[in-house]
Amino acid sequence: MYNYTMFDKDFVANRAAQFRDQVQRRIDGSLTEDEFRPLRLMNGLYMLLHAYMLRVAIPYGTLSTAQMRALADVADRWDKGYVHFSTRQNIQFHWPHLQDVPDILEALAKVDMHAIQSSGSCIRSITSDHFAGAAEDEAEDPRPTAEFVRQWSTDHPEFAFLPRKFKVAVTGSKHDRAVTKLHDIGLTLVRNATGAAGYEVSVGGGLGRTPMIGKVLREFLPRADLLAYLDAILHVYNRIGRRDNKYKARIKITLHENGIDEIRRQVENNFKLQRARFDGSDQDIFARIEGDFEPPVFKQASIGGYEATRNDDPLFRSFTDTNLHPHKNTDYTIVTVSLKAHGATPGDASSAQMRALADIAQEWSHGELRVSHEQNIILPHVHKSDLPSVHKALRNAGLATANIGLISDLIACPGMDYCDLATARSINVAQGIATRFDELKLEHEIGHLKLKISGCINACGHHHVGHIGILGLEKRGVESYQITLGGDGTETAAIGKIIGPGFSADEILPAIERLIAAYLDLRLDASEIFLTAFRRLGPAPFKAAIYTDEVKNHAA
Amino acid sequence: MTNEATAQIITANDLLSGEVVYLSDAGKWSPEHGDAALLGNVQADARLSEVQKSDPSVVGPYLAGATQRDDAPSPIHFREVFRTKGPSNRFLGKQAHAV
Ligand code: SF4
Repeated sequence: MYNYTMFDKDFVANRAAQFRDQVQRRIDGSLTEDEFRPLRLMNGLYMLLHAYMLRVAIPYGTLSTAQMRALADVADRWDKGYVHFSTRQNIQFHWPHLQDVPDILEALAKVDMHAIQSSGSCIRSITSDHFAGAAEDEAEDPRPTAEFVRQWSTDHPEFAFLPRKFKVAVTGSKHDRAVTKLHDIGLTLVRNATGAAGYEVSVGGGLGRTPMIGKVLREFLPRADLLAYLDAILHVYNRIGRRDNKYKARIKITLHENGIDEIRRQVENNFKLQRARFDGSDQDIFARIEGDFEPPVFKQASIGGYEATRNDDPLFRSFTDTNLHPHKNTDYTIVTVSLKAHGATPGDASSAQMRALADIAQEWSHGELRVSHEQNIILPHVHKSDLPSVHKALRNAGLATANIGLISDLIACPGMDYCDLATARSINVAQGIATRFDELKLEHEIGHLKLKISGCINACGHHHVGHIGILGLEKRGVESYQITLGGDGTETAAIGKIIGPGFSADEILPAIERLIAAYLDLRLDASEIFLTAFRRLGPAPFKAAIYTDEVKNHAA
Repeated sequence: MTNEATAQIITANDLLSGEVVYLSDAGKWSPEHGDAALLGNVQADARLSEVQKSDPSVVGPYLAGATQRDDAPSPIHFREVFRTKGPSNRFLGKQAHAV
């Protein structure tokens, strides 16, 4: 993974020291809250419902074992012994005290971590495919590009006060696991007809109040032009993006109001100017970064024990049926560790679990860990002969839940249990659904299903792109949950459609049960997943199942 | 929905710990909703702008509806009810302090 240079280390350490001074001045009264607020937000420190929240960036979801251990130490020493992995490959501490935050940032700086640009109207932490550098279906590792863009965007003086926040995602695989089409900029590594490396660039995707799928601005951008082109897009957005209305300030609205052709014209014009400023030295930096992402030296060993254990141990078999993904090296596999034990809070991990993950990665995954936007942890390089040991160690840490890609592997934002912007809770709904379908022993039968829950229209829980999405709202003074169907966050991206009136906190689980029962009834066979069945049949039969006559009368 | 006549309380988060606090009759911040001063609308607006101007010990003070119940002010909106307790998924926050 990327190794911080002395420049990076100094930069991050200086920012931590600066923030220490700012906190001190807030506490002694020299700074008002109005003056301090933008400074704390620049360092990832929010005030939520019950306490402060510190959001630490995990650029493109890559974590070393030393970093995981340092995060666990922060959780124990300055927080309440657990953390929350967010839907943007970040980590959140939900109970820090203001006076401790400088110490936390200093501890994190020692392991090359920080909270810079994890908030505010700037270019946020760059996200990527959580299987980057490992997946069999990957054409090229997206992390050097993600790191390159991270360096370019860090403290970029022109883009520190954009009309609104700006999110960039990068993928190197035709199977889009990084939701690139729902980002302000989505970069897909591609090759042109002559085999030259470059990017497909999409812009204007986004969730939130006005969900939109990104549009392709450039089908092929040569690699050497990346920064000049990004400069051009950001420059145009910074100039014409709307600052008069926060709900219309994201680039998706700029694109929608001006049209893709006009945006393309302005970007291409600006690009010519930007490009003249580049002399190719950025490509030397890119090459240096690439060197940091050399794959590990894979071991040569028999994988015989793997099949034997699968035959003997049904728990291991079930785990390996659901939680593995094919690796580039066929003797290896990618293990997804579920942070969704049935009934647990999606994305939460205790400090003990984090240390166990660090130990396991150290011993059996070439020291690498990844965080997925789906709130799970990835062991990217596990030799198949080591899987029985990995599984045993995960079981001991309470981390061997075999549910990846199933209904209980759902995404949920913190909702009103933590978030000051929430209109309803989301964690309780997630817990209810996971527990219920586990009791019914139905989730393996249901198969691949993406269920996503947000606690307000900001859509941090990605409900718009859930095959089944749930949005928590307030209706007449109580929590109300709206169901959307047919969303998809992959290369076949689609925004889910609202199926009808919302349900109360008590009614939402039975409604989901009726929906799933209808799907099981209607599908052609077990190989037709929910999303495919929905696309074939349309909303009508599902709507009929959700809103029975009894429910309709009750609602009326 | 309740039809009880409502008044306002002033609430915020403590500068250092972030804990939810309520402004009492004595002008002190208390972690207990029951200690909050119940204010009429006009009085509430005036008190709030005073606090916003001159009290650096809290973050984000605002008015929330409340009603007198069993001799103490009690929150009306479910969001404010959660703020008197803590998260519902973990036994942390005020509910844990009370034990
Ligand atoms: S979707 Fe809303 S409730 Fe959930 S984390 Fe985002 S802002 Fe908070």
